Amino acid sequence: MATVRLSFSPAPVHVRTARLVGVAVARRAGVAEELLDEVRLAIGEACTRAVALHRQYGLANLVQVEMSDGGNYVVRVIDRAPIEAGLGIAALPPEELAKESLTDEALTVGVGFALLAGLVEDLQVRPVDEGIGTEVRMVWPVAR
Amino acid sequence: MELSLSTRIQGEHTVLEVGGEVDVYTAPRLRERLIELIDAGATQIVVDLGRVDFLDSTGLGVLVGALKRLRAAGGGLSLVCDKEPLLKIFRITALDQVFPLFATVDAATEAGPAA
Repeated sequence: MATVRLSFSPAPVHVRTARLVGVAVARRAGVAEELLDEVRLAIGEACTRAVALHRQYGLANLVQVEMSDGGNYVVRVIDRAPIEAGLGIAALPPEELAKESLTDEALTVGVGFALLAGLVEDLQVRPVDEGIGTEVRMVWPVAR
Repeated sequence: MELSLSTRIQGEHTVLEVGGEVDVYTAPRLRERLIELIDAGATQIVVDLGRVDFLDSTGLGVLVGALKRLRAAGGGLSLVCDKEPLLKIFRITALDQVFPLFATVDAATEAGPAA
C-alpha cells in the first residue's frame, strides 16, 4: 500500500494543488481514466468545503488530505472545524436552488454536497477519531 | 489553467466567454465580471462555458447568483455547454432544471430572451 499525505493552509488558492496531486496519485494507483474527472471534482469539493469551514471559524490549522491505494483508492480530507458545522450539510432539492431567499453561500454548500454525494458512490462524512473535526472519506475502485 | 474571461455583444445578448478553471479561487473574478456587466445594463447574458475545463460548486453558485440578479431585473441568463462532464455536473445538482442550457451560442441567442 502506498500513501501520499498533503497538508495545506486553508486558502482557496491551494485547493487546485490538492486536486492535481489527488488525480496524479489516483492515476498512479490505477483508477480508471474515465473516473479521473470525478475524482478531481470530488477532491476539490471536499477541500473547498474544508477551507470554507476553517475560514468560517477563523482556524489557521492546515487542511489534511491523505491518499492511499491499498486495494481501493481511498482519499480522506480532514478539517478541524466543530463537528456540528461539518456534519450539518444536506443536498438541496431543485425547487430550492433558484429561490430568492437562499443565500449564495448556502447554495454553494448545498450544491457542493450534491456533487460529492452524486459523484462518489462510497462516501462517508464522519467525526475524526481524535480531537475536533470532520473527515470526508471517498473510495474509488482500482483496476489492476 | 487560469481563468479567462472575454465579453462581446451579439444582437440583444451579452456573451461572456469563460475558459480554464472556475473554482473556489477563481470564481470571485467571474462573479465580479458578471456584476460589472449587470451594473452596466446587460439584461440578457449568455455565459459560454465551451472552453471551461473545470467547474465546481463555487462556480455554479456564482452562475445562480447572477441568474437571480438578472431575473429580479427582468432579464435572464443562459448557458452554453456541450461537454458531457460539465453537463453531468448540471444534472447531478439539478441545476439543469434551473438554467436554460444550449449547445451553441447561436442557439442561445436565437432562443430569444432567456427565462
